[in-house]
Amino acid sequence: MSGIFCSLRQFSVTYARGNKAAALDRIDLDIKAGERLAIIGESGSGKSTLARALAGLLPDGAKVGGEMHWPALGHPPRPGRDFGFVFQDPGTSLNPLLTIGEQIAEGARRHLGLGWKQALIRAEELLGRVRMPQPDKVLRAFPHQLSGGQRQRVAIAAAVAARPALLIADEATSALDVVVQAEIVRLLDGLVREDGMTLVFITHDIALASGFVDRIAVFRDARLVEAGPVRSVLSAPKSDYTAVMIASHRDLSTPPLIAEASP
Amino acid sequence: MSPLLSIENISKGFSSAGRQIIALDNVSLTIAAGETLGLVGGSGSGKSTLSRILLRLVSCDAGSIRFDGEDWLRLKGAALRRKRARMQMVFQDPLAAFNPLATVGTVLDDPLRIHGIVARDRRPGEIAMLLERVGLTADHANRPVRALSGGQRQRVAIARAIATRPSLLVLDEAVSALDVTVRGRILELLVDLQKQQGIACLFISHDLAVVRAVSHRVAVMDGGRMVETGPAAAIVAAPQSAAARALVAAVPCLVTDPS
Repeated sequence: MSGIFCSLRQFSVTYARGNKAAALDRIDLDIKAGERLAIIGESGSGKSTLARALAGLLPDGAKVGGEMHWPALGHPPRPGRDFGFVFQDPGTSLNPLLTIGEQIAEGARRHLGLGWKQALIRAEELLGRVRMPQPDKVLRAFPHQLSGGQRQRVAIAAAVAARPALLIADEATSALDVVVQAEIVRLLDGLVREDGMTLVFITHDIALASGFVDRIAVFRDARLVEAGPVRSVLSAPKSDYTAVMIASHRDLSTPPLIAEASP
Repeated sequence: MSPLLSIENISKGFSSAGRQIIALDNVSLTIAAGETLGLVGGSGSGKSTLSRILLRLVSCDAGSIRFDGEDWLRLKGAALRRKRARMQMVFQDPLAAFNPLATVGTVLDDPLRIHGIVARDRRPGEIAMLLERVGLTADHANRPVRALSGGQRQRVAIARAIATRPSLLVLDEAVSALDVTVRGRILELLVDLQKQQGIACLFISHDLAVVRAVSHRVAVMDGGRMVETGPAAAIVAAPQSAAARALVAAVPCLVTDPS
């Protein structure tokens, strides 16, 4: 799996209204077929603009410069068919008026040419794959009847329903609590491995990404700061910014900021 | 010495679509003066409901709270308003927590005026002092809150909270929406304020790593119950309850050597 899935050269995006500054500024980046790539950045880094550009979801009037090629496909990717997209907030990305079964089956029906009946069977199977308890009952439920973590599982099932080659997850775990977040990351990791999908995992949390991706690309203020294999970026960051980001990470082994009460 | 805050057997139910949901089930905790208690738990564990009851934003069904020597839930009207100065809040989303049209100066002037902290002619000086205290400058007073970055806004929220010289700060996911590089500096500011002014904190978060950084003791909630309390180091090293074990296991670690 060494082919290039998507190739960006001097790729820039400027939103038309108000702010004249580029949201992405001359990015050179290759997404390799079958790799798991994390796009890391803080507020205003351009990471979500990149996700939208890949998915063709930039708003009207956004100015795009440079090149974006899809050598593996030979054409711009079709939403749902060639890529699936998991958004941050499953409360707004799912249709409140459709049952869970309908929204998952829709992609399978449209892109795999299945009838509703078979598509719903596939939806139930997918709910099982995203480890949803009682998939047959959930099929008939509506989004408001599920918890945030469950809704995100449904959104993932819908995103992969048509067996896309690429999965884009834009801060897909940021609205969830840490326990649920860890479960969703495990789930994404497993699905991507089993199906050989290419994953673009967009997050502000470098530690979260470091646990399961192959490569990391760090963005800051619309620029690509550095990109490389997880191990080399984390152990020997080329940029000071990446070093600061790594140093800012806190886990349970980080010394606390206070003197603790004696047990 | 009796604790600054003592919450005893608080229960609260909500009814939703005909179903009765128990948000809090006999929850008790104490906080000593100058102490930080980290309250940690997953979504729906009841931690935010507890903070809202504590702040008298919603009522509870049963239980009692003693704060600063008074029966906190019995206080009403002017007495409650007066006493609120002693317990202040910092919310998760600092933009939603401010009047969008306000300037930093007016945000800080309000509590000083309402609670009569300093005389009118001394307020600009006090505002400048508060801004410096949270790592901003006196010039920030003229800027609209909207024009600030997320980290600066949260500093203003902290300045507003300490303006009334409280003895307890309630921080509900106060650093969760901030970038990691900014988050570290806000945590340092909180610890610093606590050391210098002896303010006690109830620090609420779903992220045990952040809670651990600033808390003397940690309380773990799950499904509306308090399932574990103890020194932060002990809970991190040897969590007893299933909920605490899950929270410990879920903290992402930097993996520099993927296998």
